[in-house]
Amino acid sequence: MPKDGIGASVKRKEDYRFITGQGAYTDDIDRPGQTYAVFVRSPHAHARIASVDTSAAAAMPGVVKILTGADYAADGLGGLPCGWQVTGKDGPMVEPPHPPLAADRVRHVGDQLAVVIANSAAEARDAAEAVAVEYEPLAAAASIDAALSPGAPQVHDEAPGNLCYDWELGDKADVDAAFAGAHHVTRVELVNNRLVPNAMEPRAAVAEYDRATREYTLYTTSQNPHVIRLLMGAFVLQLPEHRLRVVAPDVGGGFGSKIFHYAEEAILTWAAGKVARPIKWTAERAESFVTDAHGRDHVTVAELALDADGKFLGLKVDTRANMGAYLSTFAPCVPTYLYATLLAGQYTTPKIWCGVQAVFTHTVPVDAYRGAGRPEATFVVERIVETAAHEMGIDPAELRRRNFVPPDAFPYQTPVALVYDSGDYEGTLAAALADADYNGFAARRTEAEARGKLRGIGLSAYIEACGIAPSAVVGSLGARAGLYECGEVRVHPTGSVTFFTGTHSHGQGHETTFAQIIAERLGVDIDAVEVVHGDTSKIPFGMGTYGSRSLAVGGSALSRALDKVETKAKRIAAHLMEASEADIEFADGQFTVAGTDKSVGFGDVALTAYVPHNYPIEELEPGLDETAYYDPANFTFPAGCHVCEVEIDPDTGAVEIVNFAASDDFGNVINPMIVEGQVHGGIVQGVGQALLEGCVYGDDGQLATGSYMDYTMPRADDVPSFTVSTRTTPCPHNPLGAKGCGEAGAIAAPAAVMNAVHHALASRGVSRIDMPATPARVWQALNA
Amino acid sequence: MHDFTYHAAGSVADAAAKVAGGEDAVLMAGGMTLLPTLKQRLAQPSDVVDLAAVAELRGIQVSGGAVTVGAMTVHDAVANSSEVAAAIPALADVAGHIGDPQVRNRGTIGGSIANNDPAADYPAALVGLGATVCTDRREIAADDFFTGMFETALDEGEIVTAVRFPAPETAAYVKFPNPASRYAIVGVFVARTAGGVRVAVTGAAGCVYRETAMEAALEGNFSAAALEGMTASADDLNEDIHASAEYRAHLVGVMARRAVAACG
Ligand SMILES: Cc1cc2nc3c(=O)[nH]c(=O)nc-3n(C[C@H](O)[C@H](O)[C@H](O)COP(=O)(O)OP(=O)(O)OC[C@H]3O[C@@H](n4cnc5c(N)ncnc54)[C@H](O)[C@@H]3O)c2cc1C
Repeated sequence: MPKDGIGASVKRKEDYRFITGQGAYTDDIDRPGQTYAVFVRSPHAHARIASVDTSAAAAMPGVVKILTGADYAADGLGGLPCGWQVTGKDGPMVEPPHPPLAADRVRHVGDQLAVVIANSAAEARDAAEAVAVEYEPLAAAASIDAALSPGAPQVHDEAPGNLCYDWELGDKADVDAAFAGAHHVTRVELVNNRLVPNAMEPRAAVAEYDRATREYTLYTTSQNPHVIRLLMGAFVLQLPEHRLRVVAPDVGGGFGSKIFHYAEEAILTWAAGKVARPIKWTAERAESFVTDAHGRDHVTVAELALDADGKFLGLKVDTRANMGAYLSTFAPCVPTYLYATLLAGQYTTPKIWCGVQAVFTHTVPVDAYRGAGRPEATFVVERIVETAAHEMGIDPAELRRRNFVPPDAFPYQTPVALVYDSGDYEGTLAAALADADYNGFAARRTEAEARGKLRGIGLSAYIEACGIAPSAVVGSLGARAGLYECGEVRVHPTGSVTFFTGTHSHGQGHETTFAQIIAERLGVDIDAVEVVHGDTSKIPFGMGTYGSRSLAVGGSALSRALDKVETKAKRIAAHLMEASEADIEFADGQFTVAGTDKSVGFGDVALTAYVPHNYPIEELEPGLDETAYYDPANFTFPAGCHVCEVEIDPDTGAVEIVNFAASDDFGNVINPMIVEGQVHGGIVQGVGQALLEGCVYGDDGQLATGSYMDYTMPRADDVPSFTVSTRTTPCPHNPLGAKGCGEAGAIAAPAAVMNAVHHALASRGVSRIDMPATPARVWQALNA
Repeated sequence: MHDFTYHAAGSVADAAAKVAGGEDAVLMAGGMTLLPTLKQRLAQPSDVVDLAAVAELRGIQVSGGAVTVGAMTVHDAVANSSEVAAAIPALADVAGHIGDPQVRNRGTIGGSIANNDPAADYPAALVGLGATVCTDRREIAADDFFTGMFETALDEGEIVTAVRFPAPETAAYVKFPNPASRYAIVGVFVARTAGGVRVAVTGAAGCVYRETAMEAALEGNFSAAALEGMTASADDLNEDIHASAEYRAHLVGVMARRAVAACG
């Protein structure tokens, strides 16, 4: 193995440019003659737009153009599309129009209705303040409960009762029958709190139109530039792909929030054609809070039926999910196909029913956020399993063991559509318990009690469906796109390699991980490999990065492209060494003829491919440049166990995480250091959801947590050092055996933390506390 | 940010003249509060008079049992001053728990107290220690300086030049931070001084105030036990998404006991 090949903790190639401030983010891009856009946004959660008067603003210094919702409507262009159609019990979901600039009604604080373009950002801002909008404020429905209550204000006329869909998975009567025979039924009510993504880099875009070539270019903070080109070009602005280039350069974090096609991208591109000058827009942080799609926001009642031995008989889950004011790109699939299908967890629960009502409210749209549906599912399953264990007096680890899908049962068909590929749930549980010193907990609790502290320990044995996704399967479930991935390996004449990938790295370290695979396979130095992503003019196609798919799907495309390179290179080598192709072996960058000392290096073969003087030109094209598209055979199923231990100060309600251990099965690991970093970041985000982050809307639809003064992001000193490890069962259906690791921490941690918090508080009679378990909430619960 | 005219003041007198000369001029210390306000366009001053170059406003002096901190002294300088640590360790401790390293290296004591955020830490130290605020016009006792939410006894254009803290016999500050901002949800500064025990509370109400019942209880018995079971009255306390008035009232008791215990 080359020293920087598969399995090595290679330092990230991209970090030099990031830590020396040389990253090139969207806001770093300046185009000649550039103008600046500022959006006029609604201060109301719900209002009729009586009039928009731009005359005073248009006369202000530096103003180039002001465009309103009426102007957009007059051009007859499309609304923002939704990429997934969920069909509920009563037919397809309600899909109301989503104009990129509101013309007659605004539906959440931050909804945009006009854009001001000026020579400087300051002039644009001054003029935006001078746009006179006359609003007729209307009553708002700012929460799920408010939106579903009788006589609630209507978000869309098309959606009576604010219902987007009422969907179910499983046979309710069948599950009810399983409950009839139960020895014990555990019931939990859960809130999966709404989160604001808060990528470090706010969203930004630069759009320009070239009159000579009639080509539009959009630089944007996106996790999937090809998807933006497809959605914006085909559905919104009706621009053909060959005249639309979308570039997502360095992107400073996405966590899902930069998957979606946002209004600002379309409006800037449209406006760039009108003003024939480049236009830049960069969100301010306060703007991000009210325009980036939020995450989670479920209210759930769940019941678990068990027999006398603690075997799970059935699970019923009833969830209401907040969609916000409009359907964001992938919103409808998050609380359905990415959620209900995961409710078997790691267990053999034979009967499962899940009902989901998706609800419109006068809030920012909600969509996929790190984990997307799977954290919500894990939270339901792992909270109810842990609660059942305590109720029945069975050790929570033991109850899980009694119900695990055993290691010899794979592939395992769950009752909720998925077929798990491989796993060793007892193995990850045992490893996490050992690292957490689970057996020593009782002594630690006694010691903590002596100090006046309440101590608790909680488990979360999570599973996720990643490597999204087999196109035919998701197509049958309502996806309006395929979810394969593309990779092009371009070997240059001197043997260096450029890899073009349709995935996008915005923190995940692809430039290193993919380079390691290439170094390993071709025997080239890792520095001879460059990974290119994020530009539709360079990369053949791509579906982008989310759902822990980049290695499992994009890496598989790379692997297939490398197969093609190797096959062709072997033919060239066979020709050079006058041997039969079947006798050529390739290892460590050398082609050899089996059983001889004849060999030729990879570099010589590459050169021959481009300088084909001595070449089988009749049978083989010159060049060494291969592209592969990979459509996965199945989802991948990373799984593992996280154990959290907390100590609570009953005088203040403050929760301290004193220990956190994780054992994860991500399939084969390419770069252990990067994987560890992904797990750490994910756990911190999960801890953030459990203890710190809570998006709060007032009843009037005003966002009460619109800045870091009120919205608590996790900080380094909120968490201890984690003990993380991996145990591998390779994915059997992709060439790398990889499952994906990007979301696991955020999926597993909330349940582990909240189980520990409930465990600590149980001795004081507290049975329910919602996330985020802030000191004030914990104290309130202790003193209720 | 709206346009304004920027002035760098060379001295206190120069700053005073420039503020008086502007139509709607403001002073700027580290800009930690002022700049975000300007960026969010919540204020539109005609002139900004920057005190950064006024050397006479910067520095710490310890003499005659008092610590004098120049108005432009940043929190980090107070937190890391060995002289402050020797004379009034609790004061260094207060400064060291304000915000984050960036804030502590730009935020100033003058800016903090002139702003008088109800959740700021320094006001508790000033009132708890019975400090004196020195301005370019007069001296004001801390008890009289903080007059209400974001309000002080400063007159139009009056410049804080320094704060003088008499060294107590013992003192300590304990704060329960707001999880998001890390300002104080409740912070209690307790001091036993020559003039008696002082218990100053920040974060809980609209403005820093003294818990006189606790002061009385501690006067006879300076121990955490003397405060057992005591809380503040929730009547006039703040109530927001982070904490109810009852919770704050309770925390005043907890933080006060911890502060007394920390006095050793
Ligand atoms: C992220 C963040 C976290 C923070 N956390 C905390 C915390 O935990 N605890 C805490 O106590 N504080 C906290 N602060 C406040 C910080 O400590 C500063 O003290 C405060 O913001 C004042 O900043 P400044 O000194 O730069 O004054 P400026 O922002 O420059 O000025 C503030 C106000 O004071 C006036 N002013 C300034 N100097 C004088 C003077 N000499 N005489 C008269 N008027 C004057 C200005 O005109 C202005 O109105 C935080 C601030 C930030 C940005």
